[in-house]
Amino acid sequence: MRVNVTVNGVAHSVDHVWALESLLDFLRERIGLRGTKNACEQGECGSCSVYVDGVLVCSCLVAAGQVEGRSVVTVEGLGSDGGVHPVQQALVDAGAVQCGFCTPGMVVAAHCLLAGDPDPDDLTVREQLSGNLCRCTGYQKILDAVHMAADRAGTGQ
Amino acid sequence: MTVTDAPTRPGVSSTVFDGVGVSAARPDGVPKVDGSFIYSSDEYHDGSLWGVTLRSPHPRARILGIDTSQAEGLDGVRCVLTHRDVPGSKIFGMVVYDQPVLAIDEVRFQGEPVAVVAATHPEIARRACELIVVDYEELVPNTDPEVSLTGQVDGLPGGGLVRHVRIRHGDVGAARSLADVTVEGRYEMGTQDPAFLGPESGLAVPLGDGGVELYVSTQDLHRDQRQVADCLGLPLDKVRLVLSGVGGAFGGKEDLSVHIHACMLALRTGRPVRMVYSREESFFGHVHRHPAIADIELGATRTGRLVFTKVRLVLDGGAYTSTSQVVIANGCYFAAGAYDVANVEIDGFATYTNNPPCGAMRGFGAVQSCYAIESAMDKLANKLGMHPLELRMHNAISEGDTLPTGQPVDGPAPVQEILSYLRDLPLPEESDHQAADMRARPGGVGNVTRGEGIRRGVGYALGMKAIGFSGGKDDTCTARVTVWIRDGEPVAEVYCAAPEIGQGIVTLEAQIARTELGVRTVELRDKDTNVAESGASSASRQSWMTAGAVVGACGLVRDEILERAAAVLGRPVGEMALDGSEIRDRDGRPLVSVAGVLGPESVSHAYIYRHRRTEPVDDERGQGDAHVAFAYAAHRAVVDVDVELGLIRVVEMATAQDVGKAMNPIAVEGQIEGGTVQGLGLAVMEELQITGGRIHNPSFTDYLIPTMLDVPPMPMKIFEFPHPDSPYGLNGVGEPPNLSSTPAILNALRNATGLELPKAPVRPSDLVTELLP
Repeated sequence: MRVNVTVNGVAHSVDHVWALESLLDFLRERIGLRGTKNACEQGECGSCSVYVDGVLVCSCLVAAGQVEGRSVVTVEGLGSDGGVHPVQQALVDAGAVQCGFCTPGMVVAAHCLLAGDPDPDDLTVREQLSGNLCRCTGYQKILDAVHMAADRAGTGQ
Repeated sequence: MTVTDAPTRPGVSSTVFDGVGVSAARPDGVPKVDGSFIYSSDEYHDGSLWGVTLRSPHPRARILGIDTSQAEGLDGVRCVLTHRDVPGSKIFGMVVYDQPVLAIDEVRFQGEPVAVVAATHPEIARRACELIVVDYEELVPNTDPEVSLTGQVDGLPGGGLVRHVRIRHGDVGAARSLADVTVEGRYEMGTQDPAFLGPESGLAVPLGDGGVELYVSTQDLHRDQRQVADCLGLPLDKVRLVLSGVGGAFGGKEDLSVHIHACMLALRTGRPVRMVYSREESFFGHVHRHPAIADIELGATRTGRLVFTKVRLVLDGGAYTSTSQVVIANGCYFAAGAYDVANVEIDGFATYTNNPPCGAMRGFGAVQSCYAIESAMDKLANKLGMHPLELRMHNAISEGDTLPTGQPVDGPAPVQEILSYLRDLPLPEESDHQAADMRARPGGVGNVTRGEGIRRGVGYALGMKAIGFSGGKDDTCTARVTVWIRDGEPVAEVYCAAPEIGQGIVTLEAQIARTELGVRTVELRDKDTNVAESGASSASRQSWMTAGAVVGACGLVRDEILERAAAVLGRPVGEMALDGSEIRDRDGRPLVSVAGVLGPESVSHAYIYRHRRTEPVDDERGQGDAHVAFAYAAHRAVVDVDVELGLIRVVEMATAQDVGKAMNPIAVEGQIEGGTVQGLGLAVMEELQITGGRIHNPSFTDYLIPTMLDVPPMPMKIFEFPHPDSPYGLNGVGEPPNLSSTPAILNALRNATGLELPKAPVRPSDLVTELLP
């Protein structure tokens, strides 16, 4: 089938998409955006998190055909003017990146969290990001990074 | 599939002056947050095929025949390979070669590779695998390590026994009369999975000269290269390995996975081949932490002084050796814990079975033995009526004591300081569960309790482990450092094969070059096998070894720059110092710029770093100076347990560790937090369910690793007692936090419930006491 979709603001029209192809595979193999990661392929780890029409989803659980006519934003689409988004910078600055495989999904999920709650408390961050597994960091620095991004936004940095 | 040009690797360079001891930013940090960093599963190449592996559904079977004809006939399939197609050695292995590249006439574990397929699309390759007809004669699997350790099992190598390690220190028999109190316990541990998020994957590219390039995630490029070359029947210089992005490892990427298979498919088809394991396949495609059975007997005086320790440790290594013979040794070396005890008897057995293969995982045998000895220490404290921390401080090892292997404890052993921090740290306040946020209760957002039946417990544990390879392995690390001038300023390039697996060795390489040479700009070459070997990113050794190599190479570069300056200026070398872009005299006055000395030339030196020599322990009594160094950490766990529903909330994990020198403090904290949480998973969540040699939960839906909501605050104290033998005084960091975390939680659960809890991880059913008859 043909899928027409806007990804990070760019319109794509892709032919020969398989009926059971996931949005994750579509993004990685058809569009060539490999920032979105494949870690569990069943919606447990959050590494493949993207926005579809502004809604946070696991792209491994969405069929490519379901995004027909929709707008997808991936980790590659969050920065601007050649720079990274403040949430991304906070993850670097807080030491929240080790192997980094969970990071793209964590970036999108944290971005979504702060968009809805600009100053979340610890338990809220832990709950909202509990769908994103990280095996390296023990999560403390990720928690720190979310607060750092919230604080910087709050003080206009 | 749309295939575009091969990717440009994100440049790794840094121009911020962050030297050793500073929380420097990772040079790969921005590429990792913006999605441009290339992991081994992201590698692609024009015209590449996909490789897929057919694996055995049976834990043990004879192979009577393999028919690949239907698979080969499927449209889109480019080749189907079996053991007959392995060009060189048909077997491989990290230390001993005993694992078939592709099964030959038998399979010894569920998931053993039998055939590989290359096709134009991964789904076509998977369908082709389904069309391969393997005629199996199923056999009854051997799955009991207690039977295997007899060495009498037909159908297993060595009759089932990998290695029996004996350590004899003092005289346990004679010491029994000195013990006023004895305790005995049996402690079991389930099989933990490394559960790295980035699956095994790689890209093999055939070269025109008959060689091959492999872009892969690994913990040791050169050990992989030797095995791959042997099995391909190629000389080493025809097999180049390049480190691709590693999505976590934790020991599970020391053994080969896609390596040989991808290269075989690429060489056969003449096309680049990508392989990426699915999560389910990953659970079958890498080694696990050895499940353990430990029997411990401790004897102590009435005042709590240990007089003897007797341990029997059984680690099941599964179907192939991997590193089992070394893991059992490491488990035994530290089975008596970080305690000074005069009489020790340790017998350790590593076994073969038809269970999934086990090998290296963070802590490497010491995790299992630390869990056992620390559980027994709490039992002893209870029997003595002593506080568990007091018993530990009373017996803690210190510098100059003798280990059960006869080796003196040299280097700092600040166990008293570590335990004192945990003793003096205030406990978190008791929760008012009726008032508390449900997310802070056991059971969390399940909202299954409002605070009824919750008991708090506090537990402690202490761990000790060797840093670096032990037992006579004289490993090395090589780094090449090159300095040249760009825009009038010196630039340093570091070229070292040390695998970056998330720990931040690339940050450290840049920090060290800045500190040693005073340069601002450091560039890091891609890590590959064209430079001499670094050894594995394992055994908490890489910071120490790489630092030694980079410091050494920087020193040679600095010496040559100063010698050149001396020749230009006609002054003795001893009167000059290199300071970034300037060469200065003894009073700090600039004499000449580095640019003025070097002009268009570069200065380049390689340095091979070696740690001090170690020796193997003897077979009879396990005596010998086997270790390079030791590291220590301890944890205090606080838990809330719902004893009616068997639900646990870990409230706090406090920890203290000596790291010698915090080379990059924020990275050190990250290692300690990450290791602590892997230990938490092993205590209360993580276990591969294996019966009859079959894994029942090979997914992240069924194999649970801690989420952010399962993880508590982790107050910590990092001690920096400089190690006399290491660069900058640093010590290994990565594994120690993984040792004591698990038994601290078990001891806290025992403290809360009064139960023995002889098995980790603890399941809800183990805890439900009040409602059961």
